[in-house]
Amino acid sequence: MDPPRRAPRTVIDPVPKFRQVGFFAPPDRSQSGPIAADTSASLSPVMIPPPRHLSDNLILHARPSNSPRRGPESITVGGSNSDAPVSPAPSSSYSSRFVVGGDRGFFDGKGKDNGKVVASSFPRGGFDLTALKGNAAASGSSIVVPASQLTTVSVVNDSLGIPEKEKTNKGGGSAGEMKDQSSSKQQKPKPTKAERRALQEAQRAAKAAAKGEGNKASGTATSVNAKQAKAVKPAQKADTASVAATEKKGGDFPPEKDRKKDAPQPRLQYDDKSRVEKAKRRSVVKQTESRNRVELFRHLPQYEHGSQLPDLEAKFFDLYPVHPAVYKVGLQYISGDISGGNDRCIAMLQAFQEAIKDYKVPPEKSLGRDLTAKIGSYVSFLNECRPLSISMGNAIRFLKSQIAKLPLTLSESEAKISLDSDIERFISEKIILANKVIVKHAVTKIRDGDVLLTYGSSLAVEMIFLHAHELGKQFRVVIVDSRPKLRGQQLLRRLVEKGLNCTYTHINAVSYVMHEVSRVFLGAESILSNGTVYSRVGTASVAMVAHASRVPVIVCCEAYKFHERVQLDSICSNELGDPDVISNVKGRVDVNHLDGWADIENLQLLNLIYDAMPSDYVSMIVTDYGMVPPTSVPVIVREYGRE
Amino acid sequence: MDFQVVVLAGGVSKKLLPLVSKELPNALLPVANRPVLSYVVELLELSNLKDLIVVVEGKDVALNVGAWISGAYADRLHVEVASVPEDVGTAGAIRAIAHHLTAKDILIVSGDLVSDVPVGAVAATHRRHDAVVTALLCNAPISGPLESVSSGGKDKTKKPGRYDLIGLDPTKQFLLHIATEKDLRIQKSILRAVGQIEIRADLMDAHLYAFKRSVLLEVLDQKSAFQSLKHDVLPYLVRSQLKSEVLLNGTPQAEENGTEKVNSQSNQQMISQILANASEPTFHLRHTLGTIGSDSVRRAHKCCVYISGSSKYCARLNSIQAYNDINRDVIGEASHLSGYSFSAHNNIIHPTAELGAKTTVGPHCMLGEGSQMGDKCSVKRSVIGRHCRIGANVKVVNSVVMNHVTIGDFCSIQGSVICSNVQLQERAILKDCQVGAGFVVTSGSEQKGEVLAKK
Repeated sequence: MDPPRRAPRTVIDPVPKFRQVGFFAPPDRSQSGPIAADTSASLSPVMIPPPRHLSDNLILHARPSNSPRRGPESITVGGSNSDAPVSPAPSSSYSSRFVVGGDRGFFDGKGKDNGKVVASSFPRGGFDLTALKGNAAASGSSIVVPASQLTTVSVVNDSLGIPEKEKTNKGGGSAGEMKDQSSSKQQKPKPTKAERRALQEAQRAAKAAAKGEGNKASGTATSVNAKQAKAVKPAQKADTASVAATEKKGGDFPPEKDRKKDAPQPRLQYDDKSRVEKAKRRSVVKQTESRNRVELFRHLPQYEHGSQLPDLEAKFFDLYPVHPAVYKVGLQYISGDISGGNDRCIAMLQAFQEAIKDYKVPPEKSLGRDLTAKIGSYVSFLNECRPLSISMGNAIRFLKSQIAKLPLTLSESEAKISLDSDIERFISEKIILANKVIVKHAVTKIRDGDVLLTYGSSLAVEMIFLHAHELGKQFRVVIVDSRPKLRGQQLLRRLVEKGLNCTYTHINAVSYVMHEVSRVFLGAESILSNGTVYSRVGTASVAMVAHASRVPVIVCCEAYKFHERVQLDSICSNELGDPDVISNVKGRVDVNHLDGWADIENLQLLNLIYDAMPSDYVSMIVTDYGMVPPTSVPVIVREYGRE
Repeated sequence: MDFQVVVLAGGVSKKLLPLVSKELPNALLPVANRPVLSYVVELLELSNLKDLIVVVEGKDVALNVGAWISGAYADRLHVEVASVPEDVGTAGAIRAIAHHLTAKDILIVSGDLVSDVPVGAVAATHRRHDAVVTALLCNAPISGPLESVSSGGKDKTKKPGRYDLIGLDPTKQFLLHIATEKDLRIQKSILRAVGQIEIRADLMDAHLYAFKRSVLLEVLDQKSAFQSLKHDVLPYLVRSQLKSEVLLNGTPQAEENGTEKVNSQSNQQMISQILANASEPTFHLRHTLGTIGSDSVRRAHKCCVYISGSSKYCARLNSIQAYNDINRDVIGEASHLSGYSFSAHNNIIHPTAELGAKTTVGPHCMLGEGSQMGDKCSVKRSVIGRHCRIGANVKVVNSVVMNHVTIGDFCSIQGSVICSNVQLQERAILKDCQVGAGFVVTSGSEQKGEVLAKK
């Protein structure tokens, strides 16, 4: 049994995808150009707000078109009523129409409320400022950055190489600018072919960026619509165009951008204080971080348990944006009423079903966008209650893609019905039916006289045992359990009720009990595309012992839990549970040696929820698409994941 | 959040008799110079509940209460006042307004509750467990003793107050038994299912319930003899929780899909089974699942409790003793409830109040608008209402003096409640008395533990 299981490892190992492990910001960000690196200096390198780097790309991208033709570049004046705080009179004439070349109508009209839009649509404010700073530094002029976006527009004009003009501008001298306008009015150069293409591409990118932002969860993000983004970005692009910098990179951008879009959102690293602060201000659930956290796991969220639930409960009536059904599920997550992977997923989907039923499209909004944002806000609420599992992430992705796929012609009620049935279908096909299929497959692996070992309580494994029992197979079950959840006891109770022959032990004894076992059946929280099984903590040790004792390990997992992520350890991505539950023993008040541990400076408790099991411990994975080796996971993810 | 709020403001309670009248019903009885109803309304407002139905017994009373509400909360809240005939009980009151109730869950609050327990928490617990009823329990008030120690300690006649016997499951989430009298007959079936019941006598039912509307209305409909929510409906629901007869049409099993019925049914069953296996099964679930295979399907519903923390204040104004206690607490230890800001001396003296020379107003006191006090008076732990005229050398200790009261020189008032428009002539000495509105206490009279009211 051993050698063939070794083989896959060698297949997997040569290409370790270390880069993707932590889901930090895409590393190529900093390479995209010196300016970008420069401007991002003020931001933390850990998580980069998407709008920012997209616009950076634009900046760089547009430059080749602008820089060679600096001379004839012009600004056309159109009447507008912008009321920017800095130098109101001149800026009003500047911002409105801004033609780089030809009459594409690229910037026209939308500039009307440029300043305001920029300020409001990008929650992380500062980015235009930083861009400007970089700009100023690069162009060598010592301009103090004015607070308004409109002045950035005027900077472009001065890229003609007259820095003194900027100074007069800053001083409030409108004369220089008036002159400038008159001169710019006269020239309307024809764009070169390269320029036109660059422009087109920039427009497309702006549109994509706006869309991306729209999809990006948080309710406020919807306010960023394509128009505004378009209006903002060209201005950005144009003003940095004055910076003399690298031009060579222009060609690489589109593919890079695509890659970025595909890459997952950078995850919040909880050891990054400033980001955590920001996230906390947004959050609904009041969370106090526990004090002595284990050093290695600082990047994971860990909160003082116990204070969240009462606090959230007290706010019951204040949370209007959260649908009651979603709220209820959130409460159940926090209180631990619902804790299994499948259960959480089903509960969440059913709550979304309810929410969609009650959903009404607000006037002048489209169902697709608004509902996506709404679901996004629910998801972030649930995420605050308890970090989402991978399977839930997949389910949410499914739902969002279904919303996105809705034909525009569908009426509101039809759309809602369609989504409702989509969710229903997801639950019944991906979870219920999947489990039935798994049972059908896995039962063939149980022979008379087998001793089957399982760890914790997995739905699929339970169903397999029950079904095999119904088929009249003679076997014995060893249930290995571990504190603090002791989920195995519930499984034990149910199996014994059905008349199965069971042995119950704790994980300490697994090496002893393994000698009599003929097969190990394990459930999984998720299976990653390198075959790593991400499951309840302790599963990996059981599998390791089984592997060492040459006992085949069969992992039963629904395909909707597969994920394309690659993970080599259980540190970079995991969940931390309530540390108190490991220090207390249920029903034993006398075991109180660790009472008040939080006050001891040099003591940290670690309650990990998951661990990662390397694929070479796994003999076989039973999933709804059949029994496959761990090396086939990427195939399933690729072929069926997009459904 | 799909909750409707009903405030049962009551009418003119016999228990509070010399204090209340048609003009001054229970709900408007002043606590720290504010009607007691305002405490409930503001508690609800704090939880963002701005649509209230206030049910009042009696038409005249309803007019009074309605007038006060419209004056005080005209632009802040949406309040409907409904009047029901007297003596229909709380259950009858809900029956009377049943057709107004449409939300999924109903929050029923007694109008005499003075508390700072977040109402949302009760509602959230209710929703989390998908319960039929959730009751707010709080620590039973310790009536009197604290204060009596500080003030000489011999005045209180300690009546053994009625207490609730409350049975809880070990997780303290479910209500297994509730009785007011010394009724300890616990159902065997419940005990068998739960295994362990904790009987508590130190908890008080705060008369704040969240009910599932469909269930509540059905019970009220079927059991027309039920008079009171607390004494009939709640115990009934608790008793029958493991052999539920009420329709639970809020549960997911009720959903049906048009497609293959058998298939979807089995799917539904499986989903509910998965969800049931999700965590530690409650005894309800074990009980219902206990008889798979047998013909009779057991049904259960959940009766939950929310136990307020010891740091929260919670009291009901349902007796004269309680009235004294609440007044004392609201300007004392639970001062955040009063909504006033206290001075450096820990008391509230309205700027228009006038104090004579050498008059002292101690901490935890309140002096209303436009009241006048003569020289050498002393006020301790007392509430004095608006526009009172108090002569010289008067002592007021542990008492509540309502509005427009005239007190002559050398009076002494201890542990008493003096209603509006009372006249106390010189050298009257009152101890633990209740003086009804408009009464005149003759000069030099000495009363102890009396109820003085106009005949």
